Amino acid sequence: MRYSLYPGCTLKTKAKVFEETALEAAEALGLEMVELEEWQCCGAVYPLAKDEYFPLLSPVRSLAAAGERGEKLVTLCAACHHVFKRANHAIKGDREAREKVTGYLEVDYAGDVEVVHYLEVLKNEVGFDRIREKVKSPLEGKKLAAYYGCLLLRPEKEMHFDDPENPTILEDFIRSLGAEAVQYPYRTDCCGAYLSITEEGLARDTVGKILKSAQRNGVEGLVVACPLCHYNLAKYQESLTDTRGGEGIPVHYFTELLAQALAEGPAEEERT
Amino acid sequence: MKVTTDTICSDLLKEVEEYSGEKVASCIQCGKCSGGCPMLEAMDLLPHQVMRLAQLGLKEDIMKSKTLWVCASCFTCAARCQRDLDLSKVMEGFRVIQLRQKGGNTMHPRQLTPEQLKDAPQQAIISGFRKYSK
Amino acid sequence: MKRVGVFVCWCGSNIAATVDIERVIAAARKMPNVVYASDNKYMCSELGQASIRESIEKENITRVVIASCSPRMHENTFRKTVAAAGLNPFYLEIANIREHCSWVHKEGEVGTVKAISLVRTAVAKAARNEPLTPSSLQITKRALVIGAGIAGIQAALDIADSGYQVDLVEKEPSIGGRMAQLDKTFPTLDCSACILTPKMVDVAQHDNITLHTYSVVEKVDGYVGNFTATIRKKSRGIDMEKCTGCGICYEKCPVKVDSEFEAGMAKRRAIYVPFPQAVPNKPVIDRENCRYFTQGKCKVCQKLCPAGAVDYELEDEVLTVEYGAIVVATGFDILDLQAYGEYGYGKHPDVLTSLEFERLVNASGPTGGKILRPSDGKPPRTVAFIQCVGSRDQAKGKAYCSKVCCMYTAKHAILLREKVPGAKPIVFYIDVRTPGKDYEEFYNRATDEYGATYIRGQVGKVYPEGDRLIIRGVDSLSARPVELEVDMVVLAVAVTARADAAGVGRMLGITTNAHQFFNEAHPKLRPVETHSAGIYLAGMCQGPKDIPEAVAQASAAAVKVVGLLNKDSLVGNPTVANVDESMCSGCLECTQVCPYDAIKEKSITERRGRETLTRTVAEVNEGLCQGCGACSVACRPGANNLKGFTNEQILAEVDAVCL
Ligand SMILES: Cc1cc2nc3c(=O)[nH]c(=O)nc-3n(C[C@H](O)[C@H](O)[C@H](O)COP(=O)(O)OP(=O)(O)OC[C@H]3O[C@@H](n4cnc5c(N)ncnc54)[C@H](O)[C@@H]3O)c2cc1C
Ligand code: SF4
Ligand code: SF4
Ligand code: SF4
Ligand code: SF4
Repeated sequence: MRYSLYPGCTLKTKAKVFEETALEAAEALGLEMVELEEWQCCGAVYPLAKDEYFPLLSPVRSLAAAGERGEKLVTLCAACHHVFKRANHAIKGDREAREKVTGYLEVDYAGDVEVVHYLEVLKNEVGFDRIREKVKSPLEGKKLAAYYGCLLLRPEKEMHFDDPENPTILEDFIRSLGAEAVQYPYRTDCCGAYLSITEEGLARDTVGKILKSAQRNGVEGLVVACPLCHYNLAKYQESLTDTRGGEGIPVHYFTELLAQALAEGPAEEERT
Repeated sequence: MKVTTDTICSDLLKEVEEYSGEKVASCIQCGKCSGGCPMLEAMDLLPHQVMRLAQLGLKEDIMKSKTLWVCASCFTCAARCQRDLDLSKVMEGFRVIQLRQKGGNTMHPRQLTPEQLKDAPQQAIISGFRKYSK
Repeated sequence: MKRVGVFVCWCGSNIAATVDIERVIAAARKMPNVVYASDNKYMCSELGQASIRESIEKENITRVVIASCSPRMHENTFRKTVAAAGLNPFYLEIANIREHCSWVHKEGEVGTVKAISLVRTAVAKAARNEPLTPSSLQITKRALVIGAGIAGIQAALDIADSGYQVDLVEKEPSIGGRMAQLDKTFPTLDCSACILTPKMVDVAQHDNITLHTYSVVEKVDGYVGNFTATIRKKSRGIDMEKCTGCGICYEKCPVKVDSEFEAGMAKRRAIYVPFPQAVPNKPVIDRENCRYFTQGKCKVCQKLCPAGAVDYELEDEVLTVEYGAIVVATGFDILDLQAYGEYGYGKHPDVLTSLEFERLVNASGPTGGKILRPSDGKPPRTVAFIQCVGSRDQAKGKAYCSKVCCMYTAKHAILLREKVPGAKPIVFYIDVRTPGKDYEEFYNRATDEYGATYIRGQVGKVYPEGDRLIIRGVDSLSARPVELEVDMVVLAVAVTARADAAGVGRMLGITTNAHQFFNEAHPKLRPVETHSAGIYLAGMCQGPKDIPEAVAQASAAAVKVVGLLNKDSLVGNPTVANVDESMCSGCLECTQVCPYDAIKEKSITERRGRETLTRTVAEVNEGLCQGCGACSVACRPGANNLKGFTNEQILAEVDAVCL
């Protein structure tokens, strides 16, 4: 099956490895993922005020472009996924938004491009059982834990991603690679997001709580699907190193682990 | 600020309901939003208090609150509100009221440290500007 | 010629302030057949009614139109007035100029014109009104009570004590319902079993009560006074005559499954008695789990039974019984917590529902009444109680208040402190609602004497940390974040209607609200009746309520039943469908549309000249017909007419409006 791929800005710059490993893994799984020719930044945040239509222009332009290709649109970054899903929802359900946005862009778009996250492709179209069969270098003995963050799960009514309070998709993914999926309570709590730019101290505190909780539960590696979560979780490791004087907890994009497990031979060193 | 007939009869509720699309008047002050908010400890007004002050028309108290700017739009409150209210939209409503005033921006490019410019993902910087300036 | 009298009511200022009464009267006087028109400030008053009676006699009026409030309000009153003046009560017609005119039109002109038009319609119809005589219906002197919780038990006892036969049908193996699962009861803390068990025994021993446990009502036909119910008595696999209730059979049964009665906190066997005080105190074989029924071999219980009572071949018994009245008392369930991942129920064993906590405190429960943590069997030092879980929640749960949980949570806090000295109850609440005699005082005892700390704020999240539970929330009164470490969390879960309530409603022809609670006929004035005559409601199946209310409602329903059964006969509704056989073509279209199955075909023989012909026509069962009129609309030859609303009358009304 062929998919359109929307990488997004961050994956072309600060999070190149996220896209590279995603493509590598796709190849190993026989998934054809072709980057959209023309795409723009999704805008990073979904506009929450009711009268803000302007920020919808950019995601809708990319969605309309994907619509012409007639394929499912696969996303990787949780923020892009969030924005696309909700922009689609607005275009579908809110007539005023649709008329204003598509009128301005002079495109004919009714919100029907199917936006799926890479993880959803793995779960629903490949199947975790098949992944388990395809794994050549299982991550045996590793205690990994999911960090979901906010944007994939909430609001559930628009995202339809997983149970917002008790998600399981990343844990199922981790297990399919042969690793142990450890549960800890903070896996769906916010990491502070862009507050790391404006309110450093606050982001440090929230990340600290997440990391300490993970550490108390014996987590050896965190698995994420968002470059911003990755940045925050990796940046504020001092809350752990301070107390333990030891190492922090490495943070992986889920695609890094996937590519690694699908690859032949002795497990490589971690990439980031 | 004191609650008076004027504050209660003011247009604040209408205004924020227009901006946010949320029926702020239906909040029953159960506190579940605040109970789950990850930024709680950095807030001077807790999320449910913002709702209450809006119901009472105490605009100034809300507008000068730090809460609006530490809310991370994480949607935890929205996922749990017993009245199906999306507080992240209400918070945005108040931010927008402030940002659309002249000189209302709360974030400037100058503010970014060289380190942030080097390491922070685009996503963070764009989000920051989108949230804190117009 | 018909002589029509028109009487216009002011309803104080309700009508008169908007509608110009003078103009209505003047217009009425000019209408065809009208011989008299007058007004009165309150037509329904003693004086108003007297003036109607006098005018009828003096002016020799033969048809009456009263322009007043809705017929739902006073049609019966005025029919009696007309009858007192010697006319057939169905000669009356009401023009609703209050709800339809003065209350909905602010402008006097519009309201007045409409009032005149409505009076003209009523006059046109009244002139064509024929005398109608209600039929008389027999009453079967026996009542059916569905559901044997405290409400059903009380209703059955009251009806039986009044001398009537009652059949009490309960779908579980024992009667008792939820109350049997409770430990102590608010606000007096009497032990639930101690006050319930005697009533259960009374039911079993009452000469007038026939108990059908492990039984369901499958079908109900008929109408008030004359219902026919089909009851399936599911096979227990036990010969109830032979069984002595010794209990030897279940000791060696190899199957263990979660006990429904213990809310899943303990196991039961495949052959079991749900609880020690069960009535009847004889076992039942759960065929879904029994090894003999699922795998074809075992029969251990049969070998053990000294009375030879175990009989796997026993089949369901189906009874068809006639009743005059029915009481529905099917009770409630609690909400499924699937959508509430934030509270950790199902993920952590020490997060319990309130019903599970009731079992945990109960002396005959899984721990013998010791409050112990399911995870490690240790007594908890601090217990957090979270109220309004799933109640008052429009997003994920039920919008309504469950009414009993504030009170039982206060009870739980007290019981915790009584059973585990020094333990600390902490209650999270949104509001504490304690309307009821001695209720506020009971709650005060929880805080003042039993050391419960109440925190106003719905909890955000519950999660395990080590072997304890962390609660994150807020105290909305002090606006302080709350983070507690506790040993146990008890969720005051919303009560809901039974999952099958809508189906039961359809079977009985009674309606449910958006939450599947049965609808009463009037929320204030007819709280135990339904819209179907002869069917009454008791207990939680009608909406959240506690035991005293459930009992009071049950006794009220019983009085209604007894009142009905006391009558020698019932006055039928004369506005029923009627088939003019000479015009009926026998197409039987009407039988298809009748929602009450009231029309059947019949053969008639008639003479045509010298020939004798047999042909099919439709026939209406006046007892079943509810007067909805669907058949008369479906009838193409116009043979089927609703008495009191004939085609001729309706068309005359239409003509009158269109004039
Ligand atoms: C945790 C908890 C604690 C409580 N504590 C108190 C307290 O301390 N004091 C107090 O006053 N109240 C208390 N209550 C409320 C009390 O339980 C109810 O008010 C009461 O049980 C209602 O009785 P009922 O007969 O209406 O319903 P139920 O007890 O539910 O009885 C209904 C019966 O009908 C049967 N049934 C259902 N459907 C059918 C069918 N289709 N055919 C045949 N039979 C059927 C059921 O099996 C059941 O036996 C508490 C409630 C809860 C949840
Ligand atoms: S969206 Fe804002 S107010 Fe709501 S929980 Fe997140 S940080 Fe708190
Ligand atoms: S969760 Fe909803 S109802 Fe409760 S206090 Fe917050 S906004 Fe109000
Ligand atoms: S026959 Fe069935 S009920 Fe009897 S002992 Fe065996 S499993 Fe239990
Ligand atoms: S009775 Fe109390 S706990 Fe129960 S829903 Fe109502 S307010 Fe909430």
